[in-house]
Amino acid sequence: MKPKKNITSVLEIKDLRKNFGDNHVLNGFSLQLFEGENLVVMGKSGSGKSVMIKCLVGLMQADSGSIRIKGQDITILGQIELDLLRTEIGFLFQGSALYDSMTVRENLEFPLRRHKDKLNMTGHTEALVIEALQNVGLAHAIDLMPSELSGGMQRRVALARALILKPKIILYDEPTTGLDPITSKEIIELMRSIQKKYGTSSLIITHDVDCARVISNRIILLVDGINYAEGTYHELSQSNDPQVKAFFKH
Amino acid sequence: MTRSLRIVERTKAFFTEIGDLSYFSGRFFKEVFTRPFEFQELLRQCYNMGNRSLLLVGVTGFILGLVFTLQSRPTLMEFGAESWMPSMVGISIVREIGPVITALICAGRIGSGIGAELGSMRVTEQIDAMEVSGTNPFKYLVVTRITATTLMLPILIIFGDAIALFGSAIVENLKGAVSYQLYFNQVFDAIKYSDIIPATVKSFFFGYAIGLVGCYKGYYCKKGTAGVGEASNSAVVYTSMLLFVIDFIAVFLADIFFEI
Repeated sequence: MKPKKNITSVLEIKDLRKNFGDNHVLNGFSLQLFEGENLVVMGKSGSGKSVMIKCLVGLMQADSGSIRIKGQDITILGQIELDLLRTEIGFLFQGSALYDSMTVRENLEFPLRRHKDKLNMTGHTEALVIEALQNVGLAHAIDLMPSELSGGMQRRVALARALILKPKIILYDEPTTGLDPITSKEIIELMRSIQKKYGTSSLIITHDVDCARVISNRIILLVDGINYAEGTYHELSQSNDPQVKAFFKH
Repeated sequence: MTRSLRIVERTKAFFTEIGDLSYFSGRFFKEVFTRPFEFQELLRQCYNMGNRSLLLVGVTGFILGLVFTLQSRPTLMEFGAESWMPSMVGISIVREIGPVITALICAGRIGSGIGAELGSMRVTEQIDAMEVSGTNPFKYLVVTRITATTLMLPILIIFGDAIALFGSAIVENLKGAVSYQLYFNQVFDAIKYSDIIPATVKSFFFGYAIGLVGCYKGYYCKKGTAGVGEASNSAVVYTSMLLFVIDFIAVFLADIFFEI
């Protein structure tokens, strides 16, 4: 996939730092996500990828640094402004995080009921839910409980829920972890088709090289809490740096 | 670590926990009166906690009244005071035994359920998902549950008291040939407002404590399935202790205001 060179930055992190006691997880990490771009952040387990993405949506407070989403610095936003901004961001959790006491329909209706009016969304709730489920090929599972779905189906429903408010930015936290290779490919294809259909910008956290190869416009390698290397898949896979090689040589 | 250091650490942890719980309680009062109000979820929680606890509270209340009367009869008969049975049972149940036993049962049934449910939601990132979707999880999950327990517990206690008195009346009817009408007339003659008001007021606090501790333990559950188990278990233990503390304070205050 060719990298897009749109100038508008929809998300920008500058010099992000986060420590847990003596454990320095992020040591000045920075990135820019451009409109319509698929940016992959790769790193070993425990390298701080998930911490970074949680800081991005305000689930964790960074120790220092700035995070600007669509021009707004989220570190200084009040709760109401932050909640409103969050409606413009879709988040796919590593473990899907579906509400297990609700059906698939109720899971998708949950964000919709709360924000439909605020976002001036047209159409009936039911129609929007069905549309989102059709996008992930699971319209038939609308009345099932999350426990009745396979891991891959749960991930798709979670993706449908992330998309229901038609966000412009989607954050994926390890979207293929725990899935078999075939289901992983299906999820990756789904992510690509959604990006094409809605023109979303995606930040994908993963250590799955195949996922990064297929979907990325650009890759940032996160090592020791900093941007260790940056480039396209092709550029990084040709690198002679031992740390980079360790990721890309099978 | 020496023994004295361990005691210092535990004392520090205890007071930290009390401080955190107080902050959590303060946040509840801050958020309960601000928009948006989650009425639908509140009604769902009231139904879940109230309706689904009715059978347990009813059965326990019935057995409590039955056993209490059966065991008290021989002693009262020794003094020729069996005619005092309805008033004694009535006052004991309404003032003390009914509220405390029902609250303890609800701490086990409702408090542990809340701890486990919220703990499981925390561990599986459902609470994070709610927050990311622009919904305040504290308001949706915590405020509704604490409000529901606070509102439902007095109703459950009244229900439990009524069933316990009915159980007692059956024993009196079978063993002492006391008619139901006479039994309940004596019960209601004996019970005063000074018995009902403190019992009702403390039952709201019991409900609040059950919801508060269950939500606190679940909401800040540590990661992993062990964390969920611990949240559920400690919710019951802490709530039970807290219920006795509240009961002591309530009895102390009732003694001052009503001279019981």
